[in-house]
Amino acid sequence: MRSSYIVSAAATAVGEHYARSLSDLASEAVRSAFAALPEVSPERVGALFVANAMGETLASQGQLGAYLAHAVGLRGVPALRVEAAGASGGVALHQAAQAIATGQCDLVVVLGAEKATDRLEGALETALALHTDAEAEAIHGLTLTSQWAMLMRRYMHEYNYGLEAFAPFPVNAHANAAKNPQALYRFAINADKYRKAGMVASPLNMLDCSSVADGAACVILAAESLAREFPGPLVRLAGTAIATDTPSLGARRNPLDLEAARASAHVALGRAHLGLSSVQVFELSDPHGIAAVLALESIGYYERGEAPRHAADGAIAPTGRTPLATAGGYKARGDIVGASGVYQVVELVRQLRGEAGPTQVADARVGLAQTLGGIGATAATAVIVAE
Amino acid sequence: MEIARHWRQRAARYRLQGQRHRETGEVRFPAQPPAIGEDPTAWEAVDLSGRGELYSFSVLRQGPDGYEGLVPYPVGMVRLEEGPLVAAQLTDCAEADLAIGQPVEMVTRQLLDTGEDNVLVYGYKFRPVLV
Repeated sequence: MRSSYIVSAAATAVGEHYARSLSDLASEAVRSAFAALPEVSPERVGALFVANAMGETLASQGQLGAYLAHAVGLRGVPALRVEAAGASGGVALHQAAQAIATGQCDLVVVLGAEKATDRLEGALETALALHTDAEAEAIHGLTLTSQWAMLMRRYMHEYNYGLEAFAPFPVNAHANAAKNPQALYRFAINADKYRKAGMVASPLNMLDCSSVADGAACVILAAESLAREFPGPLVRLAGTAIATDTPSLGARRNPLDLEAARASAHVALGRAHLGLSSVQVFELSDPHGIAAVLALESIGYYERGEAPRHAADGAIAPTGRTPLATAGGYKARGDIVGASGVYQVVELVRQLRGEAGPTQVADARVGLAQTLGGIGATAATAVIVAE
Repeated sequence: MEIARHWRQRAARYRLQGQRHRETGEVRFPAQPPAIGEDPTAWEAVDLSGRGELYSFSVLRQGPDGYEGLVPYPVGMVRLEEGPLVAAQLTDCAEADLAIGQPVEMVTRQLLDTGEDNVLVYGYKFRPVLV
């Protein structure tokens, strides 16, 4: 099996890009990624993997492999769209790494693109609810947000936490996003504002809910021989893995245990020949504090019921033990649904190259990115290493 | 038009029909297709009691299309007395009336008016047990 190297990574600003289409955004991300590699001709690209979750439901466009290949100037290149709800980006990255590992391709483009703001809130909630079990849950008016909310309330009940225990997650996300020119929300918040925020789906309030926005991110992967031709520090995609769980929360043994999150993280780390303790910077699916809590505990980084306590002690800040959301996370960078997994890699590459500026994690060599589809029905994990 | 899609669900939606394993007695809801290699008759249909207790709940203030008129509305996950955990709307209650662990029971209510299709979708909701 051949290793994959991330030779370029770029993204558009996350935002409500009313004046821009899915194609415009995709094109900007891909052009930016290629601009950093002037020695690479697009003719060398062996495949394009498009990560997108909402093309049909919110952007009124299907067949996004061919559609975006054409839009970004990769005409004729084998292209396909990967859909795994919010995990689409992570799954696309895994597929791209497989294409290199098997020798099928030497150079592969992963493009995450999402255009969500052409529709109003009701259509967005409807589209997101399709990422649950539609027959068992969405028909009852349950949204993804309300499902996370129920997990949060259950968690507070089982581990005896109040609402304020979750404030450190959005506070950290916003503090980091304030320093990221590409983030959706570039302002800080504090625990007092969190306490006073209006409810969206109790106990989740407005400052504990991500906003879905538009954006595109692009990662270019190369086989080792090709990667060594390029200047600059080498960043290796050391291990990727996908795992699945029941789309319906009710069918799980313990809904607070994200089994797919754990399985994909352990397999990805195993493929990278690394232990959990070697990870220095994390990107997780963190649309709400509870999502980060359940992921960190399910993966095994913290004991059950302990993650909020560590977050309160500063563990998730760039200077902490498990730095999280250094570009703002889903909450403040913005939730780009199917493109999120690619945005995560863009941030980890910045971290591992030492280019993350004010949110740089000191001496970061190993990063872990994990995206969830629905409430962890799909989990895709990537372990990335600076060489 | 999704008339057939809703019609297919009638046993689950109206009678809370799930499945019971003929040998182990395990109950599951909703019904599932047989697993690979499993005897297709291993699970038999069973109507559940509709009684259980609240595992968790939330009150939504942003709903999907078709549910705007209901906002804000409570939803819950209910641990049925036969074992399965089922998600549904809660009804006949205010948020202040709700607590994890409290007894609830199934009632049949309208879930959705599909508008142009003229389908009124009915199904189960849960309410606090009346004492």
